[in-house]
Amino acid sequence: MTVLPVVRAPDPVLSRAGATVDPHDPAVIQLAEDMVSTMRAAPGCVGLAAPQVGVPAQLFVVDVTGHPKASTVHGLLVLANAGIVEASRWKQGREGCLSIPDLTGDVKRAGRIVVVGEIPGGGKITVSTDAFEARALQHEIDHCNGLLFVDRVSGAHAIYQRKVYL
Amino acid sequence: MEFAVTVIGHDRVGIVADVAEALARLGANLTDSTMTRLRGHFTMTLICTVDASVGDLEAALRPLTDVTVTVREVGPDEPISDAGEPYVLSVHGADRLGIVAAVTRAVADARGNITDLSTRLTGTLYLLIAEIDLSSGTAQALAQRLADLEKSLGVEISLRQAETDVL
Repeated sequence: MTVLPVVRAPDPVLSRAGATVDPHDPAVIQLAEDMVSTMRAAPGCVGLAAPQVGVPAQLFVVDVTGHPKASTVHGLLVLANAGIVEASRWKQGREGCLSIPDLTGDVKRAGRIVVVGEIPGGGKITVSTDAFEARALQHEIDHCNGLLFVDRVSGAHAIYQRKVYL
Repeated sequence: MEFAVTVIGHDRVGIVADVAEALARLGANLTDSTMTRLRGHFTMTLICTVDASVGDLEAALRPLTDVTVTVREVGPDEPISDAGEPYVLSVHGADRLGIVAAVTRAVADARGNITDLSTRLTGTLYLLIAEIDLSSGTAQALAQRLADLEKSLGVEISLRQAETDVL
């Protein structure tokens, strides 16, 4: 398991839609393992998408275990080719991102979502979740589609200089 | 060199483009900027870096005859230490003299640093929204002081932590 370097905006890889991947490809499984290590190595990090380690692919990892804003918690989620099939209860919240370390922004996200995807080395999975885990999944799925939180920020004055570093 | 430029005037379509073009032609690089309309007046403040003089910048912006421009050189910015925690302060109520003065004095007395602020008067409703950096442990005392101000000013005040989810 390798901790990979995290790329920062404006690296163009962050703005490209990731290619779908073969969840049974050993390289994909290895990348997913390395992404878990990378996420675990960054303090406070609850999610990481493949473009953030320089790979334009539909693959991300999320783990919100222990987060105070989490309600439903699935533990470690590793998903490939994931998409949102249902979204409701939209709510504004302030987000930051490892790849844009100096800014935060107000972004509306669904408070309840259903996501379908594939588990590397496994089969298809449907994940229904809410609250913080839902926000984290939407943020990572956006990464897989080449979108950053600044693409969804709610207004011209909804970007803030980040003050608290984890 | 780094410069602070303000542009104020009647709002019209194309002011930002005109300002940005004039600066780009001079080779000035816009860094941080903010623009809004205050009671219909166009107001823009920006920082730019360029190897030129205040006079060069003023000359570049002189063709914009319908706005008032100020240019001054600023040193490299040394922000106050950002060790605090971010809070959002909202104040709303019937307009009266001294709301901003009283509220911001309370914030200053708590050693809170205002990092962003907007106020709007619409009809008789006055609204103030501020982003504040507070040192840990000072929020409760400030909230108490603001609760007292709510009564004396007859306004509603809320202070809440601007929680950021790092994803």
